[in-house]
Amino acid sequence: MQPIIKIESLSKKYKDADLYSLNDFSLNIYEGQIFGLLGPNGAGKTTLISMLCGLVKPTSGYFSINDLNYTDHSSKIKKIIGVVPQEYALYPTLTARENLHYFGSMYGLKGSYLKDKVVETLDLLGLLKFADKRIETFSGGMKRRVNLIAGILHNPKVLFLDEPTVGVDVHSKNAIIDYLKLLNEQGTTIIYTSHHLAEAEDFCTNIAILDQGSIYAQGTPSGLIASTAEAGNLEDVFISLTGKNLRDGI
Amino acid sequence: MVYKIWMSVVKEFLLLKRDLGGLIILFIMPLVLVITVTLIQDSTFKTISDTKIPILLVDNDKGSVSKTVFDNLEKSNLFSVVTQIDNKAITEEVAKEAVYKGKFQLAIVIPKNLSVDLQAKIDQNVAKIVSSMGLTDSTATAAPSEIIKEKEVKLYFDPAVQMSFKNAVMNAIDKMISQIETKSIYTTFQNQLGEGTASFEQKSFITFKEIIPRINNKEIRPNSVQHNVPAWTLFAIFFIVIPLSINIVKEKSQGTFVRLLTNPVSNLIVIIGKTITYSAICMIQFYMMVAVAIFLFPHIGLPPLNIEGHLFLMSVVALFSGFAAIGFGILLGTVASTQEQSAPFGATSVLILAAVGGVWVPVFAMPKIMQIIAKSSPMNWGLEAFYDVLLRNVSLLEIIPKISLLFLFFIITTSIALFYDKKKRTV
Repeated sequence: MQPIIKIESLSKKYKDADLYSLNDFSLNIYEGQIFGLLGPNGAGKTTLISMLCGLVKPTSGYFSINDLNYTDHSSKIKKIIGVVPQEYALYPTLTARENLHYFGSMYGLKGSYLKDKVVETLDLLGLLKFADKRIETFSGGMKRRVNLIAGILHNPKVLFLDEPTVGVDVHSKNAIIDYLKLLNEQGTTIIYTSHHLAEAEDFCTNIAILDQGSIYAQGTPSGLIASTAEAGNLEDVFISLTGKNLRDGI
Repeated sequence: MVYKIWMSVVKEFLLLKRDLGGLIILFIMPLVLVITVTLIQDSTFKTISDTKIPILLVDNDKGSVSKTVFDNLEKSNLFSVVTQIDNKAITEEVAKEAVYKGKFQLAIVIPKNLSVDLQAKIDQNVAKIVSSMGLTDSTATAAPSEIIKEKEVKLYFDPAVQMSFKNAVMNAIDKMISQIETKSIYTTFQNQLGEGTASFEQKSFITFKEIIPRINNKEIRPNSVQHNVPAWTLFAIFFIVIPLSINIVKEKSQGTFVRLLTNPVSNLIVIIGKTITYSAICMIQFYMMVAVAIFLFPHIGLPPLNIEGHLFLMSVVALFSGFAAIGFGILLGTVASTQEQSAPFGATSVLILAAVGGVWVPVFAMPKIMQIIAKSSPMNWGLEAFYDVLLRNVSLLEIIPKISLLFLFFIITTSIALFYDKKKRTV
């Protein structure tokens, strides 16, 4: 089976940084997986996702998405990926519908297809009746859901999610997770980062635990728990691999 | 690509429509600015002003010269002459104190015996000339000449008054005194030579006449409106730098810019969308200001803007000036990290560009070094192009160099912004 994302010896060292944020990193992610990238602050999760989305250039190494080499096909890659950033990347003074029409059009969607798709996804995530309200009037959970929709309107083959449920209420969180599962069933491969280990354990089909720019462990959630001594859940595995020390840093 | 640009334009218009503060800056403030500045500056262009400047006159002479000075000042319609404060005649000390405290802008002190001494001096000079020509009565004996010292009319200026006002007043008074002297000389000659019937023509032989350029047999007389509307319209157009740079900084801080970077859309398309939107805003601003100058100004005591046959070329200049302003705004928004950086820097830099460009002080009146700097200011290219069209009646061909410079400025600033952004992301 060919991996949909193939990462080989990828490294990133930011200018003026002493250490590598990602060091000789290799990983394969296969089509249909919900792949969780877990790790403490500064582990290299956001750097990895930023490189895969084309926001940050690697210092060395290689990756491809759907057999498209990032150096030669970055614009083609952007058409088949969806990105849901951690912050609400929306225009606060525009309505949900206006935001989604705009971001959808940037993927080349137009006309009745775009209009219908916006209505359909807003409805699925319980926001249709607020479609014409400004984003600045929305609660955190509502903004998170619109933020998600803006990244999936074009039916991406691969979806990158950076902490998609952070700071939201339980109902919004469930709505988001259920919708992501639906997308995955429809064929979207999901790459997901989170600090909610219980959520990741339940949601992900595969997990990699990162620290200091390298992979410490990789496998299915149940496989990782089973292979770690005295681990009852993913959090035990995480603590056992990364330790209990605080990882504050700027 | 066209569809993406169109959607970017729609988005930008929606964002502007929902930003009341931004709309006020873009449309209301320029109108307030052009009306206020034109009203204030109109008086400097008028020969007859409704407002008279009160000045102090200390008359220690009490003769014909001081009376002539008083009459001429009163007749000038620029000044109202004050000779008493609290019903008391003003002394030099009182006048000096009042002026230095800023209560009055000018005091004129006429020295004692000015009229008598002036006449005596002229009499002496005329007598010498007449005698040298052998025209004196042979029986008359020449009296020894008394030495008459030069007289000094003192001027006290409020330290806060501008140099240009000082110079104008000093020139006017100098001219007035010269006229009085000349008149006295003529009169003395007439008395010495004439039998009482023939008289010298005392009117000035040389006069000045300003030849006003004529277009289509109509005089194009420059007035405050013809000068101020283009200048302040340009100033307002450049103020678009502030909302545009804030718009870009906001996109970065909101995360929408990062989202766009992950979308299959180039930064160039985003910038083209902004350029189209803000160019349209510039043109709306321009037409609003022109409309106000044509239709509102006559109702508030100002002459209307005369754009007869010039609207198309003026629109071209406005459009290209808008491009230059937009390029600068894009560059500033790209380089700045916060609104606290972009807004004050934008406002200050537009003021500097306006000052350097000749919006306040004409470039020809600037020091040499500033004149050279002014030639490299986009505001100066725009202003000169406006004046070329409106006051010098030039053709499109003749403004092409200036509008090309404005467009080049847009291309260079936008390219730097794109390059900087790309470089910054290569972290």
